[in-house]
Amino acid sequence: MDDFVVRALVAGVGVAVAAGPLGAFVVWRRMAYFGDTLAHSALLGVALGFLFHANVTLAVVVVCVLLALLLVALQRQQRLASDTLLGIMSHGSLSLGLVVLAFMEGLRLDLLGYLFGDILSVTRDDIIGIYLTGLLVLAVLALIWRPLLADTVHEELARVEGVAVIPARLGFMLLLALFIAVSMKVVGILLITSLLIVPAATARHFARTPEQMALYASLSGCLAVSGGLLASLQWDLPAGPAVVLVAVMLFVVSFGCRRQN
Amino acid sequence: MEKSTELLAEARAVQLDLQGRQVLDHVDLAVHRGEIVTLIGPNGAGKSTLARVLLGLTKVDHGSVYLRPGLRIGYMPQRLTIDPVLPLTVRRFLTLGKRCTEARMQEVLQEVGAGDLLEAPIQNTSGGELQRILLARALLRDPDLLILDEPVQGVDITGQLDLYRLISRIRDRFNCGILMVSHDLHLVMATTDRVLCLNQHVCCSGHPEDVSSDPAYLALFGSPPGLAVYTHHHNHRHNLDGHIIPATEQQGTKENTKHG
Repeated sequence: MDDFVVRALVAGVGVAVAAGPLGAFVVWRRMAYFGDTLAHSALLGVALGFLFHANVTLAVVVVCVLLALLLVALQRQQRLASDTLLGIMSHGSLSLGLVVLAFMEGLRLDLLGYLFGDILSVTRDDIIGIYLTGLLVLAVLALIWRPLLADTVHEELARVEGVAVIPARLGFMLLLALFIAVSMKVVGILLITSLLIVPAATARHFARTPEQMALYASLSGCLAVSGGLLASLQWDLPAGPAVVLVAVMLFVVSFGCRRQN
Repeated sequence: MEKSTELLAEARAVQLDLQGRQVLDHVDLAVHRGEIVTLIGPNGAGKSTLARVLLGLTKVDHGSVYLRPGLRIGYMPQRLTIDPVLPLTVRRFLTLGKRCTEARMQEVLQEVGAGDLLEAPIQNTSGGELQRILLARALLRDPDLLILDEPVQGVDITGQLDLYRLISRIRDRFNCGILMVSHDLHLVMATTDRVLCLNQHVCCSGHPEDVSSDPAYLALFGSPPGLAVYTHHHNHRHNLDGHIIPATEQQGTKENTKHG
């Protein structure tokens, strides 16, 4: 295998492993649209990073976190439902990102790479970034696992039982933002949420406990990444969409398996 | 049962507005060890809110809340719906509240009569079973005070009586204080030491028999008890907002649908 294929595989597997447990919580907490909104705002982060000559990954994390905090603050008002707010912020930030990028003359930027991913061009540094972040995500998630799960099952019961609900939630949002910032390159900001929710949905069919579901989601994500990359090389498909399609196929197959049982 | 003197929790002259609407108006409530106190009142009367105040989930505008130092509270929320997308066995659900030994978990589940459900997915349990599981989770915390919000919700009449008996037995076994929210006096009467009839303010309080013949209670609930066990099921109604229809208007209401 060529070097770039190995690097793509290693990077993709790293992202998929971290996506498993994160995605499980995204599905349990019904935050798919929230993940989408964070991902779309990542392009604004990219644009601002270039504008201020800052580290792009850092800029993406900062924008995602600010957006998450803004959303939490806005949710306190009762007039607009959360999904409406998310829609406004999601497309507003995506458009703002595109406009800012268009304004920067002389910047030759692979926009499609950001939107749909460019896994075949990951560098050694990208891989290091993905694995360091992935380890951090898994470690912090393990730490807040119980409180976050208790909060997901029933917030007030958890609070009465002394669970620190708010730190767990904030921590989780931060992890999501971090994850999106580093995995952007693999599937792109338009498809990132699928890597979170599709493997988790597949895993649901086989899991009996939350932990099993998180583990199976990671495994199914790894399968999707490997299968997608192979298909992409074999038939010269765009890699990011191929990965997502394999993930969806796994979901459909798992659905069929479940029906037969 | 005579109530002991140990005060577990007390709300003093509590006042609370929610979105411009007065929910609690100078409400006093005390729960001692070994007694069962029941809050009754129509929907929107502030029963659950008062329970939430004691639980520390809602802050009051005026008045104060006393909890005995080191008080352990077991809470049974009004409604628990767990999304089917979350795979959760009863065992995992119980350990979310407090880590405990296998033997202890078995013992408490036996106590509430749900011993064979340990490995069942929690979404597959019936209404009555789920209430018992919730009770088990509260009991695993070795509570001094149990706060049960509509504990018989979603349970058929026979099951309701069983549950009330179970709650009464738990009070004896665990020697804890119990605060229960209900919109139904007759079924809880036998197992309650003290009733507080709430409609934003405390309408009346005392022994269940006294309360059930109190004019304030009758004004709120309409007809006197004793006509039939289930009179309460259709002698108080609410408009579509959940607000109480005043007693004068509720005479002659034709709706007899199942309620509660």
